[in-house]
Amino acid sequence: MSEMQSTLPTSTIEARRRPFLGEVARRRLEAILIPLLALIIGLGLFGVFIALVGKSPEAFYYLVYRGGFGTWFSLQNTMTRTAPLLLTALCVALPAQLGLIVIGGEGAFVLGGLAAAATGTWLAGAPGVVGIAAMALAGMALGGLWIGAVGALRHYRGVNETISSLLMAYIAIALMQHFVEGPLRDPASLNKPSTPPLPGNFRIGDIPGMDVHWGFAVGVVACLVAGFVMSRTTFGFAARIAGGNARAAAVQGLPVGRLILAFTAAAGAAAGLAGVIDVAAVQGSANASLIAGYGYTGILIAFLARQNPLAIIPMALLIGGIEAAGGLVQRRMDLPDATVLVLQGILFVAILVSETLSGRLLPALGLTRKGAP
Amino acid sequence: MTMLPLNRRRFLMAGAALGASPLLMRVSPAAAASLTAGFIYVGPRDDFGYNQSHAEGAAAIKDMAGLTITEEENVAESDAVVKTMESMIQLDGASLLFPTSFGYYKPFVVDTAKQYPDVEFRHCGGLWTPKDPKNAGSYFGYIGTAQYICGIVAGHMTKSKRLGFVAAKPIPQVLMNINAYTLGARSVDPSIKTQVIFTGDWAMPVKEAEAVNALVDQGADVLTCHVDSPKVFVQTATGRGAFVSGYHTSQAPLAPQKYLTGAEWHWATVYKMFAEKALAGQPLPNFVRGGLAEDFVKISPYGPAVTEAARKQADAVKAEVMKGGYAVIKGPLKDNKGNTVVAAGKAYPETAIELETMDYLVEGVIGSTS
Amino acid sequence: MTTDLGIWAVPLAVLGGALRVSTPFLFVSLGECVTEKSGRINLGLEGTLVFGAMAGYGGSLLTGSPWLGVLIAGLAGVLFGLMHGAVCSLPRVNDIAVGIAMMLLGTGVAFFFGKPLIQPAAPMLPAISFGGWSDVPQLRAALEVSPLFLIGILVAVLLAFMFKRTRLGLIIRMVGDSADAARAMGYPILPVRIGATAFGGFMAGVAGAYLSLYYPGSWNEHISSGQGLIAVALVIFARWNPIACFGAALLFGGAGALGPALQSVGVTSGYYLFYAAPYILTLVILFFTSSRNRALDGAPRELSITK
Repeated sequence: MSEMQSTLPTSTIEARRRPFLGEVARRRLEAILIPLLALIIGLGLFGVFIALVGKSPEAFYYLVYRGGFGTWFSLQNTMTRTAPLLLTALCVALPAQLGLIVIGGEGAFVLGGLAAAATGTWLAGAPGVVGIAAMALAGMALGGLWIGAVGALRHYRGVNETISSLLMAYIAIALMQHFVEGPLRDPASLNKPSTPPLPGNFRIGDIPGMDVHWGFAVGVVACLVAGFVMSRTTFGFAARIAGGNARAAAVQGLPVGRLILAFTAAAGAAAGLAGVIDVAAVQGSANASLIAGYGYTGILIAFLARQNPLAIIPMALLIGGIEAAGGLVQRRMDLPDATVLVLQGILFVAILVSETLSGRLLPALGLTRKGAP
Repeated sequence: MTMLPLNRRRFLMAGAALGASPLLMRVSPAAAASLTAGFIYVGPRDDFGYNQSHAEGAAAIKDMAGLTITEEENVAESDAVVKTMESMIQLDGASLLFPTSFGYYKPFVVDTAKQYPDVEFRHCGGLWTPKDPKNAGSYFGYIGTAQYICGIVAGHMTKSKRLGFVAAKPIPQVLMNINAYTLGARSVDPSIKTQVIFTGDWAMPVKEAEAVNALVDQGADVLTCHVDSPKVFVQTATGRGAFVSGYHTSQAPLAPQKYLTGAEWHWATVYKMFAEKALAGQPLPNFVRGGLAEDFVKISPYGPAVTEAARKQADAVKAEVMKGGYAVIKGPLKDNKGNTVVAAGKAYPETAIELETMDYLVEGVIGSTS
Repeated sequence: MTTDLGIWAVPLAVLGGALRVSTPFLFVSLGECVTEKSGRINLGLEGTLVFGAMAGYGGSLLTGSPWLGVLIAGLAGVLFGLMHGAVCSLPRVNDIAVGIAMMLLGTGVAFFFGKPLIQPAAPMLPAISFGGWSDVPQLRAALEVSPLFLIGILVAVLLAFMFKRTRLGLIIRMVGDSADAARAMGYPILPVRIGATAFGGFMAGVAGAYLSLYYPGSWNEHISSGQGLIAVALVIFARWNPIACFGAALLFGGAGALGPALQSVGVTSGYYLFYAAPYILTLVILFFTSSRNRALDGAPRELSITK
C-alpha cells in the first residue's frame, strides 16, 4: 500500500480533494436522485405492462411488498436470497472500477463451491474453525485465480474480458460437473451426483435469532469493505484514476497491470466465497444445484448499483425481495415465473438510460447551475 | 433450534396472513375436512415430461371436495425450495407438500420437515429412511419394469437390431431404465444391442438432438430417452425416420405414426391416495412405492405401427407383471465388461433395494457408466 | 438399411453437426458483425435470439406458415435492435451494459409469453437434400440442409461485398472507425449505428426462429444454450470479416457435435470436457490472435470492446 502511495502524484490528489464548491453536494444528490427516479419510472413501466396483460399492478406490487418485505418471514426470505448476490455483484463491481466488464462470475462461483467441498472432504476431522477457514481460502483462491486469469488475459494479451470471462464460465461449469460426477463423486450420492457431504462442524449456520445464514452478514461486510477501500484508500483512489483513463494513469506511473490483476482476482475471490457459502450453508456438498444463476443476477445488481459497492446492498435486497415474492406472485396472480425476469429487465434498462441524466438533472430542474460533467 | 420461537413466529405469521384476506381468496376458510396441498416443480409444468407428469397428477385431484391446490414451477434445488415450502405453509396455509424434484430432498425437504413438524412432506424419489423426520416421506414408481416391456416392443420393431438411448446422467435410476429396456429387447432377440449417449444434463435440447442424430447414424432405428422433456428427442428421432418409445408422459400426439409405446408415470394414483387419507384425518404412509400393478406407472397405448407379435408378447409379460413379484434383473447376468453382476439363480424383483444402487450397464449396452 | 461407418462416424457427425448447429451462430455473428463495424456492440442478441425463437414458433403456429414465423421473429428482432440502438445513442450510456440488460429483458419477455407455446407443435421449416447422389444414408441425412443455412451463406457473401465495394459499406466502416471523420464527411452517425443494430437484431431474431422451427425445432425455456452470446465472441475471432464469420460458425457448430459423436463410437469418459471443447477452442484462438500492444486487425476503432 505504501509503495502505491509513493507512485501517486500528489497534485492529482489535491485536485480531487479540493473540488469546485457545490460540486460534491450536487454529485451526491444526483447519485441518489437519478437511480431513484429510474427505479420509480421502471416500476411504473412494469405496472403498465402488467395492466396490459390484464392483471392488477396494485395487486402485484402489494404481493411483492408482502412476499419480499412486509413480514418478518418475507424479510428473512429476502435476506437469504440476497446473501449470494451481494458477493457475485462485487465480482462485477470491482473490475468495473477499472472500466472492465466481467460477466463470468458464475464460473468463479461454481469453482469456489467445488474447491470448498473438496477441501472440506479432505480436512474431515479437523476443528470446525480450521475447516471453514480452509474452505473459504480454497474457494477464494480458486475463484480469484479464475477471474484473475481473465484480468491477466486482458492485460498481457489484450483479450477482451467480457468475452473471456463468459467463455471461462462455461468451461468452469463443465469442470465442476466433471469433478462432481467423476473424481470427487461420493459413491453414496446415488441419483444426485455430489461430493461427499461436508462434516457437520464445517457447516455454516444461521445468524442467531434469525432464519438467515451467516453468508448474508459476510456479503454485507464484503460490500462495506470494498466501499471503504474504494473511497478511503489510495489503492482505491488509484483504481478510480485508472478506471477513468487507463492511458493517463499509466503515463502518471500508476501500476495499471497490477491494479487489473488485483481487482479481477478480488472479484473472483468474492464470487468464489459466495460459492463456498452456498456449499457450506445451503447445499452441504458440491453438485449441479450450484449452477443457479447467482453469477448472472450479480451482473444486474452491480449495474443497478451503478458499480458502487455500498449501493450493492440495497439493490441486492431489492432484487432478492422481488425474487422472494416471485413464488407468491406465481401462485396468487397466476402469472408465470418469468414475470420477475421482465421486471428485472425493465429496471435494468431504466437505470442504464438514467445514466444519461447525470450532470444534467439538477440543472434541468433549476436546482444548481450547470457544472462540468 | 428450539421449538418455541418457531411456533410463536408461525402464530404471528398466521395472524398476518389473515389480515391480508382480500388477496388470499384461494385459501379456503378454515373448515372441517379442508386441506391445502402444495406442489413444487423444478421446471415448467407443461414440458411433455417429468414436471408435466406431476402436474397431471395434481390436476387429477384438483376438484376433490375440501382440497385446495397451490402450485409453483421453476423452483431451483437450493434454499429457494425451502422458502417456497415455507411460503406455501405460512402464506397459503398448506399442510401437505409435494416437492417433486429429486434434488429437493437432502438437505432441503428434510430440514424443513424438522422445522414444521405438523406439516406433512411427501417427496418423489424413494429417499426417505426411518432416520428421517416422521412427517416426511417418499413415493416412487418402478418404471424400470415398464421400460422392460417397452424394450420388448422395441425388440420386435427394430430391423437393424440396434436401439438408441439418450440419457442425461449415469445415475442408478437411469441405468436401471437402460438395462431394463435392453433386457426386454434382448428377450426377443439376444443379438440386439442398445447404444447409449449421455448428454450430461436434464434439459439440453441441442445436445439431445445431436445425440439422436449420432445414434441414428450408428444404425439405431428404435430410440428412447431419459431426459426431463422428451419433446425435442421425439421430434428429432421421428424426423430421422426412427421409431420412438416415450418417457414420463405420452408423447404420442407429437408423432402418432412413429410412436410405439412408452413408460409413463401415473402420479394421480399416489396423490389421490395421500389427499384422501389427509382429508379423512388418517396418518399418511411414509414410504410408498408401486409399479404397473399398483397403477403408479403405466404403458402408453401401442401405436399403429406395433406388430401383432409385439403386442402379444408385451401384453403377456405385462399380465405376468400384474401378478406381482416379476423380476427383470435376474441371474445369470453379465455387465457389458464381461463381469457377472447377478449370479445364476438370484433374482431381484422390482421391490428389491439392491436395484437402488445399480452401477453397471448390462451386456448388450454400448456405453459406459463414467 | 444403414451402412456401418465405424470411426468415420465422427467426422461425418462433425460435418452434419456443423451444417445443423452452425446456422444460429452464423446469423447472429453476421448481424453482430455489421453492428460492430458501425462502432457498437450488442451483447443483448442472446435475448433477441430467445425472443425470436418464441415469436417465430408462435408466428408459425398462428399463421400456419413457418416462413411467416421467421419473418415475425426477424421483425421482433428489429424492434429489440432499434431499442438498443436508440438507448445507446443517449450520451453516457454504455452499449455493453445495455446489451446485458436487453438480454435479460428479451429472455424474460420471451419466457413470459412463451408459456402457452411449450405444448403445441408448430409447422416446421422444410429441409433441402443435397445427398441424393450418395448411397450412404448417414451422409444423405447429414446433407439435409436448411434453406436458412444457404441464405446465411449468401448474406455472408453479400456483406463481404458490401463492406468492400459499396458506398453503404464504406459509410458503415467509416462511422465505426472514426466518428469524427464520418461527421466531417457529413455522414449521419447515429442513424447508421441504429440501423446497423436493427439489422443485427433482425439476424438474431431469425437465428432464434431457426432454433425453434428447424433444429432442434421446438420452443422451450432451454432452447438457447448461449448461442447469441457465443456468436459475439465469434465475430471477434473472425476479425469482423463476414466470410470468416461463416468459417467460425461452422467450426463452432462442428466442435459442438464432437461430444455426442465420440460417445457413439465408444469414447465415453470425460464427456463434460468434450462438451466444453467449443468454448476452450474459442478462448485459445482468442488468446493466440490477440495482442497486448496493438488493436486487432480489422477492428472498428470506435468499438468499446477493443479500445
